Amino acid sequence: MVSGPSRRDAPTRGVRARRLPTAVKIVIAGGFGVGKTTMVGTVSETRPLRTEELLTDQSIGVDDVAGVERKDTTTVAMDFGRITMQDEYVLYLFGTPGQKRFWFMWDEVTLGALGAVVLADTRRLSDCFPSVDYFERRKTPFVVAVNCFEGAKQYELAEIEMALNLGPRVPVMLCDARSLESCKQVLINLVLHAMKYRGLTEEPQPQKA
Amino acid sequence: MMPPEDPTPDFWSEDPPQPPAPAPENNADRWLDDRAGPMVRPYVMTSGRIEPSHGRFDLITLVVAVGVEPDTTIGLGPEHLAIIRLCQNVMSVAELTGHLDLPVATVRVMLGDLLDKGFVSLQEPEPEADMHDIRLYKAVIDGLRAL
Repeated sequence: MVSGPSRRDAPTRGVRARRLPTAVKIVIAGGFGVGKTTMVGTVSETRPLRTEELLTDQSIGVDDVAGVERKDTTTVAMDFGRITMQDEYVLYLFGTPGQKRFWFMWDEVTLGALGAVVLADTRRLSDCFPSVDYFERRKTPFVVAVNCFEGAKQYELAEIEMALNLGPRVPVMLCDARSLESCKQVLINLVLHAMKYRGLTEEPQPQKA
Repeated sequence: MMPPEDPTPDFWSEDPPQPPAPAPENNADRWLDDRAGPMVRPYVMTSGRIEPSHGRFDLITLVVAVGVEPDTTIGLGPEHLAIIRLCQNVMSVAELTGHLDLPVATVRVMLGDLLDKGFVSLQEPEPEADMHDIRLYKAVIDGLRAL
């Protein structure tokens, strides 16, 4: 075995003394098929990527107790995108799988997250309840964005807020996950909300999606 | 992850052993059991290890290749080299797993190896307790507006 790494005359590829950027993450949650991946793809500067976690090595015990996991659920996929920002920050958006049995993954993704967007579909509003419960319990700042699907009955925001029965301080807004402008507004609203939530209010200027 | 401090007396105190990396085995299928299923291949890549030797490696921990071009004779596998190639640009752990199409746990183990050997440098994300830097929020808002 040759002592490879310490060969002094080997061509170094530039001294990388520069500071690495800091990464920040936002979680996009919600029920199955509600548009999480669409939203990630709409705002990501690169083609969304997919990361896989092996269910069995993360949840030994959980599976055993449940005893119902089928063989084809040994991996969980999560789509994510990236937005490079000024000032040495990189923002990552993670679309988390909605089902409760993947909560072990949520814990990892949510830890240290700036906040979360819960996407909702008025045709299946209850699908977003587990996400809402999760972030409420974990005290992660979140907003609810109602993805307006074509053909779905349109409701007034107030009606939706009432149906969701959220705390008064949780912003609810309508959005179109395919529209960059709309997704931007949802995310900006989330960041403003997260600032307020963490007591960093400076210039609260919520904007309508 | 750092090995825990060893409180036992001196005669034990030669470095806590790294989990011995078993030599690559030809009869790898003796690791198989009914439940192993499709996971065998990733575990073989990491010689059966499921935890990196150290380093936490959050999904958004940023990684960049440093130092000299590695020699292929120093015990790095093709996946290690692929990571180094990808990390010529700063890249998150999540992106590495996406590009390599490997499970997160597998990539973490290999990143631990590369960190040990000094081929990569890391930037861990802010811990949750430190989410009170107003500059971060402003930078994110500005970045989003600029999209």
